[in-house]
Parts: sequence; structure tokens; C-alpha cells
Amino acid sequence: MLADFFILMKAELVITLLIFTLLFLKIGNKEWRNESLLNIINLLLFINLLSGFFIAKEGTLFGDMFRTNELLRFEKNMLNLGILIISLQSYHWLKQHKHVPEFYMLLLSTLLGMFFMISANNILMFYLALELSTIPLAALCNFDLHKKIASEAAFKMSISSAFSSGLLLFGISLLYGTTGSLNFAEISSQLNGSPLQLFSFILLLSGFTFKISAVPFHLWTADVYEGSPVAVTSYLSVISKAAILFVLVSVLYNVFQPLGSNWYNMLFVLSVLTMIIGNLFALRQQNMKRFLAFSSIAQVGFILIGITGQSAEGSASVIYFVLVYLFSNLGAFGVVALVSSLAGKENIDDYKGFYTHNKLLSWVLAISLFSLAGIPPTAGFFGKFFLLLAGAAKGNYILITIAALNMVISLYYYLRIIKAMFMDENKNPVEKINAGLQPKLALAICMIGIIVTGLISGAYNYIYSLVK
Amino acid sequence: MNLSLLVILPILNALLLLPFKEAKQVRLITLAGAVVQFILCFFLLYLFWQEKTTGNTSLMLFENNYKWYAPLNINFHTGVDGISVSMILLTAFVVLAGILVSWKQEKLSKEFFFLLLFLSAGAYGFFISIDLFTLFFFLELAVIPKFLLIGIWGSGKKEYSAMKLALMLMGGSALVFVGLAGIYFNTNINGAHSFDMLQIAQSNISEDIQKLFFPFAFIGFGIFTALFPFHTWVPDGHSSAPTAASMFLAGISMKLGGYGCLRVATWLMPDAAHHYSTIIIILACIAILYGAFATMMQTDLKYINAYSSISHCGFVLLGIGMLTQTAITGAVMQMVSHGLMTALFFAAIGMIYDRTHTRQVAQLSGLLKVMPFISAVFVIAGLCSLGLPGLSGFVAEMTVFMGSWQNADSFYRIATIIACASIVVTAVYILRATGQVIMGPITNNDYKSLKDAAWNEKLAAVILITGIVAIGVAPFWLNDLLRPATDIIMQKISAITK
Repeated sequence: MLADFFILMKAELVITLLIFTLLFLKIGNKEWRNESLLNIINLLLFINLLSGFFIAKEGTLFGDMFRTNELLRFEKNMLNLGILIISLQSYHWLKQHKHVPEFYMLLLSTLLGMFFMISANNILMFYLALELSTIPLAALCNFDLHKKIASEAAFKMSISSAFSSGLLLFGISLLYGTTGSLNFAEISSQLNGSPLQLFSFILLLSGFTFKISAVPFHLWTADVYEGSPVAVTSYLSVISKAAILFVLVSVLYNVFQPLGSNWYNMLFVLSVLTMIIGNLFALRQQNMKRFLAFSSIAQVGFILIGITGQSAEGSASVIYFVLVYLFSNLGAFGVVALVSSLAGKENIDDYKGFYTHNKLLSWVLAISLFSLAGIPPTAGFFGKFFLLLAGAAKGNYILITIAALNMVISLYYYLRIIKAMFMDENKNPVEKINAGLQPKLALAICMIGIIVTGLISGAYNYIYSLVK
Repeated sequence: MNLSLLVILPILNALLLLPFKEAKQVRLITLAGAVVQFILCFFLLYLFWQEKTTGNTSLMLFENNYKWYAPLNINFHTGVDGISVSMILLTAFVVLAGILVSWKQEKLSKEFFFLLLFLSAGAYGFFISIDLFTLFFFLELAVIPKFLLIGIWGSGKKEYSAMKLALMLMGGSALVFVGLAGIYFNTNINGAHSFDMLQIAQSNISEDIQKLFFPFAFIGFGIFTALFPFHTWVPDGHSSAPTAASMFLAGISMKLGGYGCLRVATWLMPDAAHHYSTIIIILACIAILYGAFATMMQTDLKYINAYSSISHCGFVLLGIGMLTQTAITGAVMQMVSHGLMTALFFAAIGMIYDRTHTRQVAQLSGLLKVMPFISAVFVIAGLCSLGLPGLSGFVAEMTVFMGSWQNADSFYRIATIIACASIVVTAVYILRATGQVIMGPITNNDYKSLKDAAWNEKLAAVILITGIVAIGVAPFWLNDLLRPATDIIMQKISAITK
């Protein structure tokens, strides 16, 4: 029994262990140099990632509250990889920061929350995990302690999450009222589409869409992304979105399957709105982080199309796309983080003539953006193709046509950056950036990911075999 | 022969460039790779010939089918028929000539040749694909290198043109995607959906479905081949691009669209092709006439060739829309012919521009006296464009007209006559431009010291002229190559028209 406990909760326990290790490092007597501390932490995160691949078992714990299986393990490994990449990328920023252990403690706490959320098999458990993952995030947003804009971001973040939690809780309580249970499986069996249930479902879905910043619940995103440190922004836009999307897919597919025809229409409207509005706002942005924020909103619109597929292909394409998106977006954020921390520049205009001194970094950013835009041979092409294909399986070709045309709009703003880097003239372009080992390593992982996960079908086929 | 080699070789060649720094080494490696590829393509032709003469009648030769995304039934399925082989040869000709013409490329030469090779890999991959997914993959693969080639190395309003081209072509592929998804979900082969063209061609998609998705596929591919009214990227894109990229754009890239219209839209959805043939013909006629008249008003040599490309590609669409075997054969011939001719034309314009630094017809004159070789190339390209017998343009256009006339209906006859009439307009603008640029006295004294073509430019021109003359003098080999392939397309079409 105890052995079961350790094996099933391995991922969560390792993270908890890491948090406590960091705590002891912090309160210990020894003064650590930031560089060595960061290297140790990165090594620990790497071990944490490796540990995810060994010794696995399926099962449930705590009276069906917590479950794990191979798919969930794979999703957690993805998040672990993402955390490692982000940590490597923010090396330069953290090197000068006074509170490195605190940063990682908060970061890992939210990760822990996400792990529990993914594994939740009970709606109350889910809610608890969600809160665990959100509250430290608000603190993280404010981690550039001297910047006013960061406090503003943190404030907006906490207010909007509190609001969305409120919606969620209201939905949960109504759902409990109509189904009489908190357990996912029992809720599912009690669903019959009564108006009250639909109402509670809409509240729940609103809570979810708040977190993944789908339109019309996207307004907090841009300000928070712009104000937060780049590391936190990339965490918000990739890891936290990925975790919520995993849960959203599994909840919609497994729990709310009886209401399938209802949420199909809701997601249809949401995805069209999200794609179009995300794209239109992204067109006009001048700040790189805001730009990536709106582009990530548009990406969510595409992901919602995959979810509307309501099939194994649908959930496989969503999880696969999240994997691709992780590599692509973190690749882009990696370059932005370097330019921001080493050259102090964050505007798109600053990227004009970027290619003159930073050839390799320009290509890295270009390939990441191509992947986000869905251009072959990057993995983004495959991801988008499969999402739209999964959506088209329902026979809703209007949705697919809108999405395909939106890909063209999105290409425009991605090419704007490419144009700035490669084509525009600039009298004083960004000087040569000396990236250092850790960020280079992170970017290399992203590039390999972008090329390999697409051209080699292993990743998709593995995910498909898991969801089937 | 494993056809994947045709894609792998240019990509390996491109990757091989990465460690080298000097422009000299880079271009030598690129050229070596392109020559090997060129020989490989002829070897493919030889093998293909051999198979056909020994009586191999299968639809596609040298088939290879690798599993790719098994759960979605997506395979890396390659194979060639006569049409693909002729397009592959065209690609080999144009790429080799393009590399030779850009021999003096100084600015960022490594990136330039890298992108050029990448682009060619996309084209080769497109022509060998049987699986619609791989076809689409390679179609999109070829868009972004064009954007970068025009935007970085181009001239004039290059950023605008590059963006316009990229967005319009991506818009085209977005429509193609919807068409492909429609085809995919409406095929049922042993209970599974399929992207495999050979399987789709055998299963019959219902007529209503075809009518719904044919416009997506046809317009999508049509944007690539300057289908009116989606031709607006052509003049800007071609005229802003550097010489090699213009050659590639007009020579190969526009053919991706024509090939797709024929192979995907018409072959897989013949009922709809029949249903919409009137509209296709009307649009093609507009493109032919509009292109020709618009060319007359142009003063820039590159714009002249770009607008005349719209007119010439109209013949491709006209041939496809006519749906007779001769017309379709003519359409493919026109693709090959126009590819070679327009590449030669752009090469000549590039050579003139490199020396005189102007492309304005009014500022040029009497070049024959100082640059006899380049002028001769210019004249040959011009004559091929206006359809002089003995050059490929005549053969191709003649075949299209013959095929079009086979339709007895008066609508088709009138369309054919309109299309024929455009040749007169072509003669006007070609002869006028040639007369002004090549003939007459030298008005600008700076031109007197200009040098004639260097060895690389001569070689590039000779390669392309060889192709043009080979088709013009002995069209039967191309006809024999295409006939079995068009037979198969016709089988599906004639089943409806009867």
C-alpha cells in the first residue's frame, strides 16, 4: 500500500522534495553564489525530468480522489520538460536576482498544483489543485520587485483569477446540487442536460476559458504578460495553459460527454471568437511580450477546434499540439528573454536588423515563429494540420475554413517579426548577444523538438496510442 | 530508383553549406549538388522510359510507400507518371540555370543558396507526392523561402511584394487544405479515410461533395498559377524578386498550382470539373486577355514578363478546363514550355539589369551591338513567348488550341478563338520590347563599354534554350511521355461526359 502511494504519487513527491530542499538551502547558513545555485537547481530539475520516465503504475489513491495513468504521466513529463527549459532560459535574469530559491519554490509550488490538477478525479480536488497553482503565480508575476508594471500585472492576475475561481466554485456547487456528487465518474452518470446542469456547466466552462484566456475572457492576458518577467510570462503562456488544457480535454471528454452536443456549439463560438480577436489584436502590437500574448490567445482558438473533434484524434491532436506549442513558444520566449535581459530591449522595432549581429538567434526565433504559424517542415505545421483535421471530422467545414483563413492572418504578424529581423534596416541594431551555455542548451532543446516531433511521427503516434 | 532521393539530395546539399563561410566554396558546392541532381533527373527519365517501353502500364512508377502518421492513415507515398517526370525535369533545368545565373551573388550568399535549395526540395517533393498530405506539406514548404528570397535579396518595394506573395499563397494553401480535408473525410476505403490519391481516384466521391470541395481545391491551387482574379501577387512578386527567385517563381512555383489543379482537383473530382468547366474557361480567357493587354502597358521588363506569365498560365487553365485529352496534354506542355521560356526571359532580363542597372524599356536601346549573346537570348525567349514554330511555345499553345477546338459546342469554340486572338497582342508587346531594347542605335554612351555574358550566364542560357528547342523541334517525345498519364485522367472524365 505504501509502495503504491510512493509510486503513484512519484511526480508530486519529487517536486515536494525539491521545494523542501530549496527551503533548506535558503534557511541554511551557507551563502550560495547565484551561478552555482542555479546550476544545482537546473541539475535537480533535470533529474526530476528523468525520474518521470521510470517506474510507472496506473491506479487511484485517497478513495478515488487522485488517479494516475500513462497519459497523465506523459503530460506531467511534458510540464517537467517545460519547467527545465524555462529555468535554463531565465539563467541571465535570475543570476542578478536576489531571491533565487524563492522564485523556484513558488514556481515548483504552482507546478505541484498543476500535477494534482491533472491527476484530480474529484471536482473538489481539482479546485484545490487549481488554487495551489494560481496563488503562487500571482506572486511570481511581481517578481521584478522594483518595477511598478510588475505589481500591476500581479494585481490584475490575482483579481482575475479570484473572479474566475468564483465562477468555477459557483459552477461546482450548482453541479453538486444537481448531481449529488463530487466524483467525476458519478457526476458523469448523473448528467441529463437539465437547465440547471447546463447553467452550472457554462459557469465551469467560463472558469476554464478564463484560465486559458479564450475570448471573451482574455482581457487580463496582455497586461499580465507584458508586466511579468519574461520567465513568468513564458510559464503562464505555456505551462499553465498546457495544464489547464489537459484537464479541460479530459473533463469535457470524460465527464461532460453526455452534454457533448451542447458544448460542441459553445466551443465552436468560442474558438471562432478567440481566433479572430486574438489575431486582430496581435496585428497591432509593438511590444514583443504583448505580441506573443495575443498570438497565444489565437493559438488557443485553434486548440479549441481540436477539442470540438470529440474523438480520439481530437484529444490526441490537442495534446500533441500542446507539446509542439511548448517547444515553439518557449523557443520564441527564449530569444525574447535573452534580448530582454542582455540588451534590455522588448519592442518589435528593436528587432530591426537583428540578423546583422545575431545570425543564429535570428534563425532560432524565425523557426519558432514559423512553427507557431504552422509552416512546414516545423512541427507546428503538423500540429495545426491535425487540430483542423480533427475538427473537420465533425463535418463542420465552416469552422475549418474560418480557421484556415485565420492561419493566413496570423502568418502576417509572424512574418512582420521575420521582416523586422531579416529585411529592415536599422542604424544601431542589437549588438551581438553572448547567450551562454544554459540558454543555448534550452534553445537547442526547443529547436530539436520543433524539427523532430513533426517530421518523425513517433510523438503523435505515441500520444494517440495513449488516448485511445 | 527511390524517388525520395530527389528531395533528400537538395536538403543534404543545403545542410552541407552550413559549415562553409566563403561565397566561392558555397556556390561550388551548390552547383555540384545541382549538377548531380540534374543528372539524377535525366537518369529518372531514362529509367522511366525503359519501364514504359518494356510494357509497364501501372499508373505510377517507382512507387514507395512509407508509413508516416499511421493513426490518421497518412503515408509518405511517392511515385511518378509522365506528367510528374516532365515537371521534375523542368525543375532540374530551372534550378541549375538559376544557380548559374546567381553565381555572382555576394550578399549573404550562403543563406541565398540555402533557401534556393530548400525551395527546390519543396518543388521536387510536390511533384513526386501521391499522398495528398505530403503534397500539401511540400506545397507549403515552398512558400516561406520565396518570402525570404524576395524580401532579403529583392529590389524595389520588396518587403511589400514578399508579404503579398506569402499571404496570397498561404491563402491559396488554406483553401487547398479545406478541399483536401473534404476529400479525406468523404472517402471510405475499407472503413478508413485516406489521403492516398490512387485510392481516392478509385473510390467515387459523390457528385454533391465534389461540387462543394472542387472550388476550394481549384481556386487554392489556382492562386499559385495566377488564376484571375487572384493573380495580383504575380507582377509584384516577380518584379521584386532577385533573378534566380523570379526564374524559380515563374518557372516552377506557378506550375505547382497548375499541376495541383490537374492532378488533385480535376483528376480526383472529375464530375465537379465537368460541372464548373464553363467558369474555369471564362476565368482562363479573362486571364489570357487581361494579362496580354496589361503587358502592353508595362514599361518595366520584369513587369512585362510577369504580366505575360499571367496570360500564358491562362492557357494552362484553359487546357484543363476544356477537358479533352489533347487540351490537357497541351496544358502540361504549356507548363513545361512556359517554365523554361519564362526562366530564360527572367535570366536575360537579370543579365541586362546587372549591366545597365535599369529595366525600363524606354531607357534601353541597341544592346545587340554590345551584348550580342544576351540579346540573342532575349530574342529567343521573346519569340518562344509569342509562339514561333520551332520553339516550345508554339507546340504547347497549338496543342491547347487543337484540344479546345475538339469540343464541338459553340461556347468552347468562341473561347478558343478569344484565346487565339491573344497571340496577336503577345506579338505586339514582345516585338515592341525587343525592338526597343535590342535594336536601334545606342543612346546611352555608358552602354558602349558593357561586357557580354560571362561563362556562367552563357551556360545557364544554353541549358534552358536546349530544353526549349528540344520540345519545339521534336515535340513527340514529350507527347509520348504525357500521353499515358493523361489517358488515366481522361478515363475518369470521359466516364462522365458520355
